[in-house]
Amino acid sequence: MIIDDKKLIFELPETGGRRQYIPEGERLTKDLEAWYGQDKMRDELDFPNLSEIQVIRHYTNLSAKNYGVENGPYPLGSCTMKYNPKVNEDVTAMPKFAGLHPMQPCPTVQGTLKVMHDHELALCDLTGMDRFTFQPAAGAHGELTGILLIHAYHLDKGDEKRKYMLIPDSAHGTNPASAVMAGFKVREVKSNPSGEVDIEDLKAKLDDEVAGMMLTNPNTLGIFDPNTAEIAKLVHEAGGLMYYDGANLNPIMMHVRPGDMGYDVVHLNVHKTLSTPHGGGGPGAGPVGCKEFLAPYLPYPVLTEEDGQYYWDYDRPKSYGRVRSFYGPIAVYLRSHAFMLANGVEGLADAAEAAVANANYLYYSLKDLYDTSSDNPVMHEFVFSGDRQAKQGCTTMDLAKRMIDYGIHPPTVYFPLTVHEAMMVEPTDTETKEGLDKIVHTFKEIAKEVETNPELLHEAPHHTPVRRPDEVKAAKDLVLKYTK
Amino acid sequence: MSQVEIRKDLLYTESHEWVRKEDDDIISIGLTAYAATELGDLVYAEAEPEDTEVDKGDIVASVESVKMASDVFAPVGGTIVEGNEDIEDEPESINETPYEVWLVKMKVADAAELDELMDADAYEKLLDEEA
Amino acid sequence: MYYVPISREERAKMLESVGCSIDKLYAHIPEELKLKHENIKYLGEKGLSEKELLDYFKAAADLNITVDEYDSYLGAGYYDHYVPTPIKHIIGRQEFLTSYTPYQQEISQGTLQATFEWQTYITRLTGMDVANSSMYDGATAVAEAALMALRDKKKANKVWLSAGLHPQYIETVETYLASQGLEYEVGELNAEGQSYDSFPTGKDYAAFIVQSPNFYGVVEDLEILAEKAHAQGALAVAVCDPIAMTLLKTPGEAGCDIACGEAQALGGGLNYGGPSLGYLCCTDKLVRKMPGRICGQTTDEDGNYAYVLTLQAREQHIRRERATSNICTAQALLATGATIYMALMGRDGMREIAWQCADKARYLQEQLLDTGLFEPLYSGPFFREFALKAKDGLDLEQLNEKLLEQGIIGGPVLENNVWLLAVTEKKDQAAMDNFVATVKKLAKKED
Repeated sequence: MIIDDKKLIFELPETGGRRQYIPEGERLTKDLEAWYGQDKMRDELDFPNLSEIQVIRHYTNLSAKNYGVENGPYPLGSCTMKYNPKVNEDVTAMPKFAGLHPMQPCPTVQGTLKVMHDHELALCDLTGMDRFTFQPAAGAHGELTGILLIHAYHLDKGDEKRKYMLIPDSAHGTNPASAVMAGFKVREVKSNPSGEVDIEDLKAKLDDEVAGMMLTNPNTLGIFDPNTAEIAKLVHEAGGLMYYDGANLNPIMMHVRPGDMGYDVVHLNVHKTLSTPHGGGGPGAGPVGCKEFLAPYLPYPVLTEEDGQYYWDYDRPKSYGRVRSFYGPIAVYLRSHAFMLANGVEGLADAAEAAVANANYLYYSLKDLYDTSSDNPVMHEFVFSGDRQAKQGCTTMDLAKRMIDYGIHPPTVYFPLTVHEAMMVEPTDTETKEGLDKIVHTFKEIAKEVETNPELLHEAPHHTPVRRPDEVKAAKDLVLKYTK
Repeated sequence: MSQVEIRKDLLYTESHEWVRKEDDDIISIGLTAYAATELGDLVYAEAEPEDTEVDKGDIVASVESVKMASDVFAPVGGTIVEGNEDIEDEPESINETPYEVWLVKMKVADAAELDELMDADAYEKLLDEEA
Repeated sequence: MYYVPISREERAKMLESVGCSIDKLYAHIPEELKLKHENIKYLGEKGLSEKELLDYFKAAADLNITVDEYDSYLGAGYYDHYVPTPIKHIIGRQEFLTSYTPYQQEISQGTLQATFEWQTYITRLTGMDVANSSMYDGATAVAEAALMALRDKKKANKVWLSAGLHPQYIETVETYLASQGLEYEVGELNAEGQSYDSFPTGKDYAAFIVQSPNFYGVVEDLEILAEKAHAQGALAVAVCDPIAMTLLKTPGEAGCDIACGEAQALGGGLNYGGPSLGYLCCTDKLVRKMPGRICGQTTDEDGNYAYVLTLQAREQHIRRERATSNICTAQALLATGATIYMALMGRDGMREIAWQCADKARYLQEQLLDTGLFEPLYSGPFFREFALKAKDGLDLEQLNEKLLEQGIIGGPVLENNVWLLAVTEKKDQAAMDNFVATVKKLAKKED
């Protein structure tokens, strides 16, 4: 079936029908417009009046132009596109959770506060931290929130000269961007070809101007850095704090905890590790945890329990302030808590193992066909270089577009920047055996096609609603909204 | 041997700017053919405002392609006397004729600093090493 | 088994078939770092079945009392508007719900086109040139707008904030600015509740930031904002409510440079304050200074219209420490929900909601003033929300407690015994009349 719907919502015809969602009644007061003043009113509002079926069809057909986790394999590296359990959606949609206003008195919201309190305990179990804030709306927001803790800590100690944040060159781009937003300057630390921190370079970069270091472990290349404890020791000895970027927590859940590896602050991406939906780019949640000695600096208010009653504590004299309005993306946390309870310690540990096993199954099946930097087992993801294929005239972009023809979502491409023609593959814990085999089949067939029929790749994808949009034109001749 | 064009009559920096000596103590600055090729199709270019005083290594202009952004750095200290307004409308001209399109003109504070820049031979050697 | 589809035994076989061993997988992690199970304090060893899970959440939910069960007058930046039923059905579709940020454009045209439509709706609503794909919430949108202004006005190192800005927005701006060594000042409101009498002079300000309707519900004059800000070389930033903008002069019409705010009111529901939906708009001139993802229209190889993320060179994954912001994920799904809300409501539905909010709030204020117990905090016209000062020593905290016993949630009590009350189109006259009568009765008993 071909759905031929290329119109924008603004191009649909108005045919007089429109569903009424609220009762229309007589005004209770007089001359409202005069009260505001005629000159204070706006021009006409240029929104189409449409019928419900027009709107429903339009967005249903739009949705069909998306590929979701429930369609098939989604091995998008560093994004952890695992299955989003249905029950989580039912939990968060419960009217008794959804219908709460954030200004309600605490005695009327005890159920939600209890769940959030339980979730904080669960997150502490998962990370080895002592306290959490729920305010951050996403992973990057969590980074800023967490680094500000480090900022506040040094400031409170009167240690104002610590203005550098150490970040490995292989780190995700948000790390340096977040560090700068928190007022730090970035000092890049070299990593070796496996993405492990170069200890000698780290030593050279450490001094009494270093506030801390941001790391992911397993790192961006999917390798667990065995020197993690040593790194933490060196940074701590220099007076710095350790920041754990939780982007890659999935493969070590309930096996190793950041808190036990020597980290002081951590943020999690619950839309990765804890199965909450990505929504095509949000809403996410980036809770930040810390060790007890940093808890006084956490954003206020802080969720507190006393005699079985839960309330928000605003009396936090050392808190560095707020990072947003109200308390955080509560409806997202209901989902992540449901995921943690459904799994228990055993289930989370097993999910981590499955993520690692699935990645290695792909890695060992394919590593002879694509360039790699290591022969050792990987964690939850791995990076191939498409250099060999590029030399034969097919770039990683061509490979990725061709994978769409085979019915899988392509891996993350051209990241990390330290690998040429990079392809980052992460099947996650919830990929099926048939899905894994489909990925293997696709990669193998495409490697063959590079040699036998490169045109197929250059022209891919073949069956999508659009093919290779012109990004140069998009950036040069900006069209950012519809005009008649 | 590198494949990209290098002009004999220009000076070069390690960050792939070319420098042309104009009248008196004025220089013009552009991106080398190598830099333009590496960046890909440019979609945006902007010079820093006139009269901005800069030290060597400060930003005097920035350029963007779809997937990359790059800053153009002052090869020596001085003052920006003119930004090329044409590049805002036609950033692609930098890809087409990199050595014909200057991004900014600067008044040099200390002419001796120019001696530290590379000549064409030295720049060619640098490109060979980077390849 | 939890959500993992392949058992451990099958995984072992699977790995063996490709020359890897399951025992090798965690072998390189130092033994002394591995989790000691006695350190787990809360989480059970075993997971819950779906039935047990729902029982846990239902039991917790029963401890909550919602604004549909009690008669609520809460607002303060978050409003209980009616959410049409189709929204949840559409954004609940897995193609919107579970997909990633649209990097692979060919299989993300759904999210991308919806984002393009969101940007179009928001620019039409605000009268501004361009909108981004969304921000986390109103507070961070204001903070990012402040940083954006400071990037544009490089010589300035502070912003001026209206005292009518939501207090949590001011606090968030403070957090975002303080660590970077940037400053802000807060003005005062005049007797009408307007900011303009306290606008500063001098060239040190990157922006004047004014909210309309402001925290106290008063509709501010954005034309004066634009004129006065520009006279001092500063950007005019308007923080505007999306429902109010369907009636009132838009930031674009007033000549503002940036418009931003909280768009939860557009079908987002309450959810105890989050996730919320920030929006951010600006003039064409400022588009490259804008943080966040932006969707653009282009054509594909066959000449079809296609939608892509554009201007990506501003962003963290390319510019790293020189990015305009660290933001990557925003609120795509909620922006799609808000887009569907605006599509369902149409211009007539949107404006009817706005008129009802204005009318009902004004009615309630008049009724409460008629009791003789209150006087208005500010005299200017307001939208959906208003602030009252209690007279004659009436203790509002106590009043709120007694109201709660009667199933009514009063508005928050601000400094100096001020009551902030909000109503939306959902409130009917009978409920308001009962509220006023109850207030009268309870206030009398107190004497």
